[in-house]
Amino acid sequence: MRRAYFKNNWVAALVVAPQLLIIFIFFYWPTSQALYWAFTLEQPWGGGNEWVGFENFRYLLTDDLYWQSVRVSVIYAVATTVLAMSMALILALFADRQLRGYHGFRIGLIWPYAIAAPAIGLAFRFIFNPSAGVASYLNYAFPEIWNPVMNGDHALIMVIIAGAWKQVSYSFIFFLAGLQSIPRSLLEAGAMDGARVMRRMRDIQLPLLTPTFFFLIIINLTDSFTDSFGIVDTMTSGGPARATELMVYKIYEDGFRGLDYSGAAAQSIILMFLVIALTFVQFRYVERRVHYT
Amino acid sequence: MVERTPWLNILTHVILFTGLAILVVPIYLVFVAASQTLQDVMAIPAKLLPGDQLFPNIAAAWHEAEFDTKFLNTLILATGVVVGKIVLAALTAFGIVFFDHRLRMPIFWAVFITLMLPLEVRIVPTYAVAANALSPFQTILDMLGITGLVNALTGFEIALNWNLLNSYTGLIMPLVATATGTFLYRQFFLTIPDELVEAAKMDGAGPLRFLREILIPLSVTNMAALATIMFVVGWNQYLWPLLIITDPAYGVAAVELSRLVPNMNTTGGDIPNWHWAMAGTLIVMLPPVAVVILMQRWFVRGLINTDK
Repeated sequence: MRRAYFKNNWVAALVVAPQLLIIFIFFYWPTSQALYWAFTLEQPWGGGNEWVGFENFRYLLTDDLYWQSVRVSVIYAVATTVLAMSMALILALFADRQLRGYHGFRIGLIWPYAIAAPAIGLAFRFIFNPSAGVASYLNYAFPEIWNPVMNGDHALIMVIIAGAWKQVSYSFIFFLAGLQSIPRSLLEAGAMDGARVMRRMRDIQLPLLTPTFFFLIIINLTDSFTDSFGIVDTMTSGGPARATELMVYKIYEDGFRGLDYSGAAAQSIILMFLVIALTFVQFRYVERRVHYT
Repeated sequence: MVERTPWLNILTHVILFTGLAILVVPIYLVFVAASQTLQDVMAIPAKLLPGDQLFPNIAAAWHEAEFDTKFLNTLILATGVVVGKIVLAALTAFGIVFFDHRLRMPIFWAVFITLMLPLEVRIVPTYAVAANALSPFQTILDMLGITGLVNALTGFEIALNWNLLNSYTGLIMPLVATATGTFLYRQFFLTIPDELVEAAKMDGAGPLRFLREILIPLSVTNMAALATIMFVVGWNQYLWPLLIITDPAYGVAAVELSRLVPNMNTTGGDIPNWHWAMAGTLIVMLPPVAVVILMQRWFVRGLINTDK
């Protein structure tokens, strides 16, 4: 631990003040407001908020529309995570062989990380559009087979593909870094013992990637709960018939379109607990229980 | 490695090319659509070779979405986020690593916990705060009875108000707090040897001079890594600008882009101008992609060290 310090604590207070002020105003205060709104109901004729206890939550949990958004969110979270991570893992395992063209492949697989969610949303909305672009040919050949504008399942598939595409690069970067942190000597020892490439992947590289793997599961799940807003908003606006209304999108809709602050706040609190739980699992469980040695 | 594996090498290349194709083809299709006339875009079967309308389409999209102001605003937002995050992260980490006070860990955790409170889960109340950034203090004063007291004593009504809607400050300020950046800087500062601090003190340098002349030059690598990631993050902001900006003069590119294609449920049968929308998509995604490719090394290092 450090032994040499500066003594002037006024300077310390001064340098940490700006960030503390900002997180107080824009993080902790709004969070406390969300808690307050979640347990109160605004009076219709003004006159402050009335304490209603868990009434807002009880209303939510008996609301089919809310459960619909939970169901869609879970499907979206699991599907994008599985799709993006399996693709990233396979690509990282083979890219790590570092054959000819390795650097080119690496850049080629990294850059999509930089694309904004709304740009991805628009691109895929065009590509999967039933009456323009590539997918329209499918409808031409087999009429009425694909229509994300009208069919909820199709819309959800389309949003999932866009969401997964967006996540591949991120997982790939981490898998590749994980693979490269495995000591070369381990692989060489494996080769000496007669393990071929695929065997080494299965018995040496994959087990040693477990920490990266669990880390990425948590990050991808968290991202799918929060980061999905831009994609849904540009692709479907939650439609058709709420088939792609993820939890975060429903908060936005209820809060800003419906002006139901209490309901939106209660949903925020539930989503917040989900995110906190996932982060907690990551720090307490994953980082402790999974070891390289 | 050691063995010759001709078939596996071919397989490796096939897999990597397939992966690359999955990532590149959608963007290629965007590029193709951006270079055609609307008629060609709507043609069945789709025309998969680029046309010659790329620059006219970009010009049309640029004009339609008023990208001169939007790109400038996005640049201001992204630069503000980059500079703000780096400065705040460095200052906070400096304050909790190089000073001996009891609040070091509490402050670190207070910053770190914000990681669990992403904007998406507190949008409505954060919007309320942006409408009046001083409302937290007003509420606290009200609750403590100070407002009433001052009013009774002096007849002066305390009404703090600072509206951040439709302003650059409002766009940037809520986004510059950074748990990951602070963490990255803290990790780096912890590796600075005690002897360096001792030497600086012996030479009569105060804490601020130490920060300016020793720590900042040493952390240039960190800055480059953080700046690359934060530029991408700042440029791609969507939800926050969408909420607090209603005045087109402050709009950003990503939000304006989504307005190039009307909402699916309300188009009323009109064919969207896909060729312009795709041209817009192409130019909006270009700057962050260029930064990531040019700064690839810093980018990957920063991403992995900050754990997002």
